[in-house]
Amino acid sequence: MSALKAVLAGNPNSGKTTLFNLIAGTHYKVANYAGVTVEKKEARISYDGSEIILTDLPGTYSLTAYSLEEVVARDFITTTNPDVIVDVVDASNLERNLYLAVQLMELNKPVVVALNMIDMAEKRNIRVDAELLSKKLGVPVIKTIARDGVGKKELLEGILKFKSEKREFRISYGSDLDPALEEMEAIINEKSFLTDSYPSRWTAIKYLENDAEIMKKGEAFADVHGKLTAIVERVEKHLKKTLDTYPEIIIADYRYGYLRSVLKDVVKKENEMERLYLSDKADKVLTNRVLGPFIMLAVLYGLYEFTFWASETPVGWLESLFGWMGDTADALLPDGLLKSLVISGIIDGVGGVLGFAPLILFMFFIIAILEDTGYMTRIAYMLDRVFRAFGLQGSSVVPYIVGGGIAGGCAIPGVMAARTIKSPKERLLTILTTPFMACGAKLPVYALLIAAFWPGNKGGMMLGITLGSWALALLMAKVLGLTIVKGEQSVFIMELPPYRMPTVKGLLFHAWEKTWMYVKKAGTIILAVSVILWALMTFPGMSEERSAYYEDQIAQVESTVADEEAQAEAIAEIENAALSEELRGSYAGRIGTFFEPVTQLAGFDWRTNISIIAGIAAKELVVSTLGTAYSLGEVDAEESEPLSARLASDPSWSIATAVAFLLFTMLYSPCFVTLAVINKETGSRKWTAFALVGYTVFAFVVSIIAYNVVSLMI
Amino acid sequence: MEVLLRNMKVNQKGTVTKINCEGEICRRIRDIGISVGAEVFVTGRAPLYDPVALKVNDTVVTLRNSEADNIYVEVKG
Repeated sequence: MSALKAVLAGNPNSGKTTLFNLIAGTHYKVANYAGVTVEKKEARISYDGSEIILTDLPGTYSLTAYSLEEVVARDFITTTNPDVIVDVVDASNLERNLYLAVQLMELNKPVVVALNMIDMAEKRNIRVDAELLSKKLGVPVIKTIARDGVGKKELLEGILKFKSEKREFRISYGSDLDPALEEMEAIINEKSFLTDSYPSRWTAIKYLENDAEIMKKGEAFADVHGKLTAIVERVEKHLKKTLDTYPEIIIADYRYGYLRSVLKDVVKKENEMERLYLSDKADKVLTNRVLGPFIMLAVLYGLYEFTFWASETPVGWLESLFGWMGDTADALLPDGLLKSLVISGIIDGVGGVLGFAPLILFMFFIIAILEDTGYMTRIAYMLDRVFRAFGLQGSSVVPYIVGGGIAGGCAIPGVMAARTIKSPKERLLTILTTPFMACGAKLPVYALLIAAFWPGNKGGMMLGITLGSWALALLMAKVLGLTIVKGEQSVFIMELPPYRMPTVKGLLFHAWEKTWMYVKKAGTIILAVSVILWALMTFPGMSEERSAYYEDQIAQVESTVADEEAQAEAIAEIENAALSEELRGSYAGRIGTFFEPVTQLAGFDWRTNISIIAGIAAKELVVSTLGTAYSLGEVDAEESEPLSARLASDPSWSIATAVAFLLFTMLYSPCFVTLAVINKETGSRKWTAFALVGYTVFAFVVSIIAYNVVSLMI
Repeated sequence: MEVLLRNMKVNQKGTVTKINCEGEICRRIRDIGISVGAEVFVTGRAPLYDPVALKVNDTVVTLRNSEADNIYVEVKG
């Protein structure tokens, strides 16, 4: 017996996810819908001897073709032809929630309504007569309280009982549209136009609604398409003339009208609209026009502090673990390429990826709290006006802060945090600009330059850099939004759901799921890139002649210098010089040297160029690579005094070079892990390549200008 | 008295009389539950006066003033 296909549909905030988790438990797979980045959850459930495959559709208010989620939900229903659609509705707001149900029922599929959160409704003195509702709609209605686990059994029984029950559902759209709909249905039926996928009346309605998706499909059948659009045009013209309105408005009005007549005796409300519930009272304080912003700043600062404080210890553990693995490999493997590959390529690469995992875990934990409590939408609400000026929206603040808006963040969880932004254009702009923030790995570079060139004003410079990063990110968002990032005019219409206490289980699950996705998806790419970069900086290696030369030098020191300390120092100096030469001779070094004539325009020599290349692997490597290039051996990024002293006294470095390099670091390509995450989140190689190449070129142009301007001033 | 939603004050109540536009914005307005005949109650405004928050069907929703410009409301008094 083949498994039963059931899908879970419903509005955002209807408790759909909670209900899915209740039914599915923890046994579900997370994937993406084919070709898009919308998350798809699927569970296999055995109940009463039957197998049910339950798919969680994206939360939508409607089945129009405006948002990606809606198109995905609609296509999934029509292509997989589920045996049952479970529509989860919030009992407190039936009118709007059933608006989706009407559209689902118009697809003539078996619909079961899960009347969720009835406890919340009852607390608000809203009583719903489920039996009467079921009778009036002609579909089964099952009461559930997903949070408390109520209704699971009944719902599963409902799914089994009402599966595949074919139903014809139609409502009237009034005397202006009904005749046109009938006329269109006749044409559609006669030619079997799209009838494999959609009921004829549904297609007709979509034509009247000017549904871009369906019209596009229809264009392949020029004959029918032409006839239908002619009718639509006629109706549109008539409505414009007589009622000054559009078909889609009439359709919506009739749907709501139908629902009001259905709900008339079903819902008994004893509450007044003006009555303030606990959640409304909380909002009077939390989104107060004066107090609200201060509370929000405190919450955002707390989020940042907690994420980095809590992840410090596990990050330390992972660092020690990978350090230990490196040491073990060092001890076990013979010197040579394999050892270098294992330590610098594989262990460092994997360590780099997993090192961020705790940070991502805690960040998503906090974001889950913000989202599940409902506070996230309030942040978006309060800040929207400010961020809108730059083409972003209120929710963009969280990615920015996590990404380093408070110096020391990390762009990787920052970019991932942009998931909370629904509008595609604003989400893309946020993803593309979050990496400009002063992330923790850029801080050592800034610290190095400040110590070398502005030793008197460390705090002020760091603050300036942080604020400068904000300004750059916002301006860049504005410029990108006006030029190359295309998209619809943004819409900011959303629900501010009642504040709710999140469940610990839900929070942990949410955070774990996201972290695991990151490790799995980013991990494989990073490992490959890490090995490639290792190869770039290792091969072709030093010629035998040159290494013999350095060995000779060391032998000479050993035989001539008697004092042990002086000997060790002299040998270290030779070894460092050898490392520097080896690095210069590597492919990365050759690239750096090759570009030197160009980068000299910004004051960068081959050493700086190599550190820039290394910085694409991970910004942490900028300082240590500079150290190697300056023959200082391995420089610890946290203790870079010798290197900053060296830069300060180096004739090729001036304030102008420092300013140019500072700006370059702020602006150029994000590190590879971030690029991998950008690629995953945008689902676009084009934007990943843009961040890698476009930003680097742009950074160079800015650095050249800055270098020359500052050179003229000093 | 019929006013634009944009011009409603906090704690003011009314009934939606007209949503006058086509395309995405208006469809989203109706999808969120603001329909002709629905009762709305302005619960608050963001620190810079925009967006506006309002209660409709026992749910609080928010939209920008530029979007509220499409919505006409009959207010009492």
